[in-house]
Amino acid sequence: MKTLKIEELSKNFGTTEVLKKINLEIDEGNFLVLLGPSGCGKSTLLNIIAGLETINEGNVYIDDYNVSKVEPKDRNIAMVFQSYALYPSMNVKENMVFGLKQAKTSKEKIEEQLTKVSSFLQVDELLNRKPSQLSGGQRQRVAIGRALVREPRIFLFDEPLSNLDAKLRVEMRREIKKLHQKLKTTVVYVTHDQTEAMSLGTKIAIMNHGVIQQNESPEIIYNKPSNTFVADFIGSPSMNLIKGKLNESSDKISFTAEGANFDIPINSYDFNNTSELNNKEVYFGIRPEHIYFKKSNEGDFEVNLRADLSEYIGHEQIMTFDLANQELLAKFPSTIKIELNKETKLYFDLTQVSLFDSITQERL
Amino acid sequence: MQAKTSSSNYKQLEQKSKYTNIFLRWFLYFVLILFASYFIFPLYVMVVTSLKTMEEIRQGTLLTWPSGLNFDAWAVAWGGRGYGAGDTFLKPYFWNSLKMVIPAVFFSTFIGAMTGYVLTKWRFKGDSWVFLFLLFGCFIPFQAILLPMARTLGALGISNSIIGLVLVHTVYGIPFTTLFFRNYYVSIPTELVKAARIDGAGFFKIFFKILLPISAPIIVVTVIWQFTQIWNDFLFGSTFSFGKAAPIQVALNNMVLSSTSVKEYNVDMASAIIAGIPTLIVYVLAGKYFIRGLTSGAVKG
Repeated sequence: MKTLKIEELSKNFGTTEVLKKINLEIDEGNFLVLLGPSGCGKSTLLNIIAGLETINEGNVYIDDYNVSKVEPKDRNIAMVFQSYALYPSMNVKENMVFGLKQAKTSKEKIEEQLTKVSSFLQVDELLNRKPSQLSGGQRQRVAIGRALVREPRIFLFDEPLSNLDAKLRVEMRREIKKLHQKLKTTVVYVTHDQTEAMSLGTKIAIMNHGVIQQNESPEIIYNKPSNTFVADFIGSPSMNLIKGKLNESSDKISFTAEGANFDIPINSYDFNNTSELNNKEVYFGIRPEHIYFKKSNEGDFEVNLRADLSEYIGHEQIMTFDLANQELLAKFPSTIKIELNKETKLYFDLTQVSLFDSITQERL
Repeated sequence: MQAKTSSSNYKQLEQKSKYTNIFLRWFLYFVLILFASYFIFPLYVMVVTSLKTMEEIRQGTLLTWPSGLNFDAWAVAWGGRGYGAGDTFLKPYFWNSLKMVIPAVFFSTFIGAMTGYVLTKWRFKGDSWVFLFLLFGCFIPFQAILLPMARTLGALGISNSIIGLVLVHTVYGIPFTTLFFRNYYVSIPTELVKAARIDGAGFFKIFFKILLPISAPIIVVTVIWQFTQIWNDFLFGSTFSFGKAAPIQVALNNMVLSSTSVKEYNVDMASAIIAGIPTLIVYVLAGKYFIRGLTSGAVKG
């Protein structure tokens, strides 16, 4: 049984297709993050799961029950919003029990749930305050509390941290993570922040233009992006994508960057499909953090490149190198001194590279 | 290279700007007082004249102070002289106006709030067109609809009645009240409505429990606006009612214009003030919300 299943779901607003044939499944207790740039349809998808938007095609199942036409309140879900959406005229307590009251829950049960949740979230001191008298973090906590008291099957979070300042955001992120570890409820979480997605999700579904690009664990998303969009979207700075060609001769495969006078051997790469690799136009992908300034592994590829630019950001620096007129970014500790406009020895960690077809943009 | 300005030079500049500031300040007060007196002057004349006897009015000038507090003219304006035919006084018409203005303000405000709520929180296909047409309602000159409205009232059998006037004013108020409420609700996050829907609240519950309790500022604005409009209306009142069913502005007009022998300026002035007092009260009581409600809409957080 899947806690949530989405089947061939499509949604248009007028003539614009927002979601195209989405298929998605979540197992009990998973934390699924919908990640993507603004306008990719992730919030619409969440609203559809909540029942706040209608569906054009396809179905939504919660616990194998088709809820496509079920009212939001009957879907056994709870949602936390970006603006918290606390009812301004009600105090914290009224906010938290509003849903239960609507559902005609007994007084004792309401009281019990309220005490449990408010002490759990440490908002029991605030019960008589109005939302306007709370700080951002407190409002967030109350909003989560309002979702918790209903004991839903699925929690939906719509960019809940993006209204907070940077420091508080990191704190609340950890609290949400702890919360999920303790409660083990199923969560669907929408964000455009990759750090949030990576740190919180057990699964990340990366979306672009209404299509899910990849739906995997954070490790796989990071290490084996399924196409150039995912490769580019995840990581800061994002993965270097060097244009060039593959050469295949007597079982040895190598990559030559456009205009470069050296070959990079591709030995340990796990191809999806090994046919017709010779002369294939590809992107050679390597993350800035997988380029080293000294040899670390036996298989590292050594090359001399000219340093053009250095960006100091405290604990590390981002260096830009020239690879046959293509920019190559590398991340080094800030203690390393590298002279600009001079050739420097670099080492590529070849176990960490990705290759993409330059036409289909898909991973090879 | 730039020459250094010597410190004595700075002193001079400082002095100069000080004098300029003092001058500007006094000029500002002068202009403010000038305009304030310009606006207060008619009111002064009205109040003073209403407290004079006819004798005093004939002998003195407009600005002369009355000899004493003499409320006779006010009593006549409110309760009449006590003889039968042709004695027009404000009391019954004042109540007429109240009976008209209270329901009309209530219904137009309520309907406007509902419409604004639907237009912002329950968007539907073509809703922006509906709003646009409603906006046109704000620009239609009242005179243009007099005849059709008269026919309508006749067909409904409520011409020359308070109910008829309530209907006219309610209908005519809806474009304005809708505009106010729509613009207010548009600034309130729709996520509130979404949250309430997930919590299981329906259309009306969301309106009454979530949105209305935070609408106080805009309700005040709308009530002041509608009250002033309806209370001060003369055109609809004089067209759709006559005799006993007329509102106060029509009666005031009849009183002032129908005097046969002598013009009783003191009574006229007292009547005009009485007719204006309710709007004044509404402004004083709710005025500070008026400005606040017009300028701020958003609910923080």
